[in-house]
Amino acid sequence: MGAIFRRETLSYFTSPIGYIFLAAFYAFSAFSFTTTSLQYGTTRMDGMFQQLMVILIVLIPILTMRTLSEEKKNKTDQCLLTAPVSLGGIVAGKFLAALLIYIMGVAITVVYAVVIAAFASPDWNVIVGNIVGLTLLGAAFIAIGIFCSSLTENQVVSAVISFITMVALYMFSTIGQVIPDDFIEDLMPNLGPVWRTVIIELIVAALVLGCFFLFGKKAGILIIGFIAAIILGVFAAKGELIPKIFDKLSFNERYVGFTLGLFDLSNALYFISTVVVFLFLTVRVLEKRRWA
Amino acid sequence: MIEVQHLSKHYGDKKAVNDISFRAEDGEILGFLGPNGAGKSTTMNILTGYISSTSGKALIDGVDILEEPLKAKSKIGYLPELPPLYLDMTVKEYLNFVYDLKKCKLPRNSHLKDICSLVKIEHVYNRIIKNLSKGYKQRVGLAQALVGNPNVLILDEPTVGLDPKQIIEIRTLIKKLGRNHTVILSSHILSEVQAVCDKIIVINEGKIVADDTEDNLSRKLSSDHKLTVRIEGDRDKALKLIKDIKDVVSTDIGPGKEENITEFRIEAKEGKDIRRELFISCAEAGFIILEMRSSELSLEDIFLRLTMGDGLHDNDGGED
Repeated sequence: MGAIFRRETLSYFTSPIGYIFLAAFYAFSAFSFTTTSLQYGTTRMDGMFQQLMVILIVLIPILTMRTLSEEKKNKTDQCLLTAPVSLGGIVAGKFLAALLIYIMGVAITVVYAVVIAAFASPDWNVIVGNIVGLTLLGAAFIAIGIFCSSLTENQVVSAVISFITMVALYMFSTIGQVIPDDFIEDLMPNLGPVWRTVIIELIVAALVLGCFFLFGKKAGILIIGFIAAIILGVFAAKGELIPKIFDKLSFNERYVGFTLGLFDLSNALYFISTVVVFLFLTVRVLEKRRWA
Repeated sequence: MIEVQHLSKHYGDKKAVNDISFRAEDGEILGFLGPNGAGKSTTMNILTGYISSTSGKALIDGVDILEEPLKAKSKIGYLPELPPLYLDMTVKEYLNFVYDLKKCKLPRNSHLKDICSLVKIEHVYNRIIKNLSKGYKQRVGLAQALVGNPNVLILDEPTVGLDPKQIIEIRTLIKKLGRNHTVILSSHILSEVQAVCDKIIVINEGKIVADDTEDNLSRKLSSDHKLTVRIEGDRDKALKLIKDIKDVVSTDIGPGKEENITEFRIEAKEGKDIRRELFISCAEAGFIILEMRSSELSLEDIFLRLTMGDGLHDNDGGED
């Protein structure tokens, strides 16, 4: 893992990608900082931190697009996969390298805070919370980007897929607001609650079966999946669950809390578990490729 | 030591590798011979743990590659068909990366220096790999496989794209390495396998069609009863003389360049040795035999006969 981390970090600076990412990040954040904090003469920085989320959606795919797709294309993955390193080690090494470059970008916000402090003392707790939130958000985006990069040999395709995924996650909160609470009833007005539950159970069961075939036929996935499906289905039939799920999954909703200075542990855990889930999925994709 | 038991790999309906079994002992160079698409690279990729087999076992020094992949992989040096090089690194950076990747315990600088002098890449050590010629890239690939001094070396077409001088150098190097490593080498160039390997496996359409040392293969398929003879003297008289020898089935006249010298291709009944009689008859008649050899099959012929389904592997060249 250490070897891969070191090589990957260096490779960001032997190719232009590391420089482009950092330069773009510094430029956009500086612009945002000037227009939202300096020009308004305020010590609040939440405007910049909120805008940075949108900037990340554009920049993170550039950072992660080549991590695994390039290896596959140049067949250098043969070197990694036949070396005595675990798949988890390979993915973790690549993730940490991208994270390091990202943190080098985020570090600039400390400079902005110091600039503000020259005028008036800002609320340091809020700023620390903001930086932690931005780092966690970026980590989750990087994990998604790496996962997308494992799906294809083509860098551009990888960047586009991760861009679309991130935009979707960003828009989840809006989608959640659009969906009315009783939309399931509207969808199937002529059916009683029992039938609605059955239909939803069937849909969820089909999804579980899909996962079962996709991620190696393991009985564990099937059992846990079906138990989750039954519980989910019962709640979903009541209606208000679906908009709620969108709301809970929304990156925007989770991140805004940080920018307002609210450090909610569940939000932090949400981003951390996103990282874990997507890195795990990446390992599964690599594993599956060996068996194909 | 490498042991492969009933290895199979299916891609959907296609059987890329179909029930292959073989062994390579320590200090042995095993040649893997087959046309393109025969399943050589697939087998090697399974042995090195890059892909998984559908069924069967592959043991590296007694360690199963699927059950203890990390332990087995640390015993292998692998040069794939396309050397897995990071083009934006220098040779030095790349070899140091591989050294770290393999968690090598040998003293770093002297070990890497030894490898570089072995494959003769010292003078490109600080250059970026992208700018190296094909031959040097291949050598860096070989150097990468040698890092950590693994017991088992698996080389997939190691001389592809090299010029004749480099080919000879690499072959000499592989022979040298073969003394204290187990080497598996694949090729579709017959003379290469002939020149380097102790033992040859011929593979076609995912199946082993012959597994033996080269001598045995030749003996099995050779035909002692077929002779090529060059005789000085009158052609027609000589022809008549040969035809009169007992057990001769047919006689052809081969291409002749020198005056008064004829090349005959004689076929006797199977299992009969007519060399002595031929000599005596010619001597008595005053013909001079300039050359006499039994027309043994070259590896080329063996290969063609085995893979073209000449019916040979049905009786004696089959999977043993």
